[in-house]
Amino acid sequence: MNTARRQVLKTGGGVTMLTLLAAAGWLKPGDAQAQTWNKVAFETKSLDETVKAMGGAAPAQSKDITFFSTPDIAENGAVVPIGVTSAIPKTESIAILVEKNPNMLAAIFEIPPGTDPSLSTRVKMGQSSNVYALVKADGKFYMASKEIKVTLGGCGG
Amino acid sequence: MADPMKIRANVSGDSTEVKVLMNHEMETGQRKDANGATIPAWFIQNVTVTYGGKTVLSAQWGPAVAKNPFLAFKFKGGAKGEKVQITWVDNKGDKRTDEAVIA
Repeated sequence: MNTARRQVLKTGGGVTMLTLLAAAGWLKPGDAQAQTWNKVAFETKSLDETVKAMGGAAPAQSKDITFFSTPDIAENGAVVPIGVTSAIPKTESIAILVEKNPNMLAAIFEIPPGTDPSLSTRVKMGQSSNVYALVKADGKFYMASKEIKVTLGGCGG
Repeated sequence: MADPMKIRANVSGDSTEVKVLMNHEMETGQRKDANGATIPAWFIQNVTVTYGGKTVLSAQWGPAVAKNPFLAFKFKGGAKGEKVQITWVDNKGDKRTDEAVIA
């Protein structure tokens, strides 16, 4: 007997059950999520390696990528707000990299058509470093960088 | 299961702005405890935001995303009263889905 199914059924009806099903990935598997995690890219230690692991070649510098609500000096490296906007047409994904972290890549965001190529999040920074925004648009890679000074590191113990 | 996310979704003009605050340790795997033993990494790896059965944002995260992650973005469309649904999965296989009504 399929015990997992029993449990799901037991847990109840309505919204709860729908969310559970969606969480379990049983609901519209195509849409719900193509869950992959690019392990290779997250273990790279340089910009070139990261771009390569994401399937691209050397990125071109672009003035169409801008940082917003990103500080020049971060008081606390454990919480550094980063906002990135890409004005490049057909932006497919935006990645945020911190140069001097043990692994450079912090996050990759996939931007489907209809979603603004602009988002903000918060990252950790071990020390003052350049932060890169890597944008994939129409199959090509572009990047911009910004230096952020950290007065208190976020990776200490 | 982990604590619920705080989600705010508001219509502004022809798009919907989504702001999420998740509850997660986001342990890097770099830190050591008092005895010098490495604290194992524990972080959210995948985040998916869906609206009307369609994915409006998906993300892959590494351990460098800050503790209790924050995320804000906008997507075109979205109607008041409809729901956005957000799911995360961490590297231990734990997952959580929350939804919010667009205001």
